Amino acid sequence: MLKDEDRIFKNLYNDLGWDIDSAITRGDWLQTKDHISKGKDWIIKEIKDSELRGRGGAGFPTGLKLSFAPKELGSRPHYLVINADESEPGTCKDRDILRFEPQKLIEGCLITSYSISAHTCYIYIRGEYLREGQRLQEAINQSYQKNFLGKNACGSGWDLDIHLHYGAGAYICGEETALLESLEGKKGLPRLKPPFPALVGLYGCPTIVNNVETVAVIPTILRKGAKWFSSLGKPKNTGTKIFCISGDVNNPCNVEEEMSIPLKDLIEKHAGGVVGGWNNLQAVIPGGSSMPLLPKSVCETIEMDFDSLIKAKSGLGTAGVIVINKDQDIIRCIARIAKFYKHESCGQCTPCREGCGWMWRMLERMAEGEATYKEIELLYDVTKQIEGHTICAFGEGAAWPVQGLLRHFKKEIEKRSHEEPLIKKKSNIPYLIDQHLLEKDSA
Amino acid sequence: MSIKKISKIQPESFELSKDNLLEAENEIKKYPNDRKASAILALLFLVQKQNDNWLPLAAIKYVAKFLGVPYIQVYEVSTFYSMFNLSPVGKYFVQVCTTTPCMMKGSKKILDICKKYISKNPHELSENKLCSWTEVECLGACVNAPMMQINQDYFEDLDENSTEEIIQTLLEDKLPKPGSAKNRKNTAPEKGKTTLLEVKNA
Repeated sequence: MLKDEDRIFKNLYNDLGWDIDSAITRGDWLQTKDHISKGKDWIIKEIKDSELRGRGGAGFPTGLKLSFAPKELGSRPHYLVINADESEPGTCKDRDILRFEPQKLIEGCLITSYSISAHTCYIYIRGEYLREGQRLQEAINQSYQKNFLGKNACGSGWDLDIHLHYGAGAYICGEETALLESLEGKKGLPRLKPPFPALVGLYGCPTIVNNVETVAVIPTILRKGAKWFSSLGKPKNTGTKIFCISGDVNNPCNVEEEMSIPLKDLIEKHAGGVVGGWNNLQAVIPGGSSMPLLPKSVCETIEMDFDSLIKAKSGLGTAGVIVINKDQDIIRCIARIAKFYKHESCGQCTPCREGCGWMWRMLERMAEGEATYKEIELLYDVTKQIEGHTICAFGEGAAWPVQGLLRHFKKEIEKRSHEEPLIKKKSNIPYLIDQHLLEKDSA
Repeated sequence: MSIKKISKIQPESFELSKDNLLEAENEIKKYPNDRKASAILALLFLVQKQNDNWLPLAAIKYVAKFLGVPYIQVYEVSTFYSMFNLSPVGKYFVQVCTTTPCMMKGSKKILDICKKYISKNPHELSENKLCSWTEVECLGACVNAPMMQINQDYFEDLDENSTEEIIQTLLEDKLPKPGSAKNRKNTAPEKGKTTLLEVKNA
């Protein structure tokens, strides 16, 4: 188990106070000026050496991402955008950073902005997190008072302004280009890539978009050294990670642990075990709703990091661990996830817009036991038609959980299905009809 | 994307109050001079704050004029994002999260209580015209499931009794204390921490 001194977020549960003075006594803003004076290349090299990977879901190497920004400031300004639009079901780690460790994020913003030559940083926070946003704004104001932000921020000679921007309840705005569209005051429709945001991003200027947790760990990496960070976990999967353990466990909680911790340890040691004992475990969704589930047999030995989970045909994603025990109807759980994706699809690409609703309706039928055997193959086909045929990764996120269900729980679906379709006379099944057709007077 | 009903009863005109005008100017200052459109979301939130948590069409026109952007751009933004209400909601707007982690922890029971005490259907006002409720997608407090949001505040770790109590208090026109219903400390494990046991501010 990770030692407490190696944990980065010491105030994860707000035992020590979130304000700037307590944060400074915990070691925030220490040596910030020295680190910046060592130059951009040193900062980026240090992050590259630490092998930090993005904590927002895709796991892209952060140092590499920062190096994509143009080296010199040209005629266009550069921007740093922090993605705090945390909406993935099962994930609530950024909320705790925003509430209880805001100074880590702000310090990270300064260092990252300097390394990509940005003078303006926008934090895009989801609209529902209004209280968290108010807390963060207070923290930003405190930093301005101490001259850690603004002109000559923290005595480093670099000017930086941080602005908060609230989203308004759209999951898709967590996708980086949709987030930029939303920041420009438009609907959150993802853009075609390339060009990538690093060259053409916010307002057509070079922009780096990073997750809250990624940026918040950067100051500690610089203070303790890349070697320390890369000594935790496994090569290419280094450092610590906040895991959110929810669902059927005795003590659901957020906990910061070492990367590559075995899933079983995580559940048994920190979350008080599965409700009804380990043998009552049915499946685990290891990385937020968009990752395929793992059956119990895999959960016994799997380690929680990017590469191990990819080998098990799943992914670490945001590390939102959803534990499902045998008391739950697994098909209904995934059907609810499919409904989430149907609701949140932005509607830009046809396969995703139509396919998500289609998957939801079929899964709902399967849960009710009204499906035929043929539909199981059809459902798989639909997921394959969505995956890889959309502008953004939402398509994969919607298709993968369903594919995971089909991979591991096909027998369960077959048990409830029939050879011939059930035809009920005069039955009113609302989920067979698109809801908007029912409401004639809707605009 | 969600389906939005535009209210049939619309006020003729809308204007931001003095305080909100100041705040609107501050919001616009966050963005470059020629990028005022970025403030659309912030201004629509201000309108909602002033106008009992919903957006009349007149206000959408007002925001478009104020920022110098086409009316349709503000209109499409207000229909795209789920937090903008285009018809009136209750003074206390209860949003129950029903996505998988909350569903597994019994969000259906919470919905049933809302149906019983507030109104049969979502987006309908209660008998005393104070409350309305709706189902929403993940609100990002999954380890504190099941949970709901009332206006701006999160109510977490609910069960049937605590939900009933909260809804009853709302119907009496009082806002109960937000946070965990089990008095749990934020996202720490309920039965005692397993990490950060001896950490102090150095």
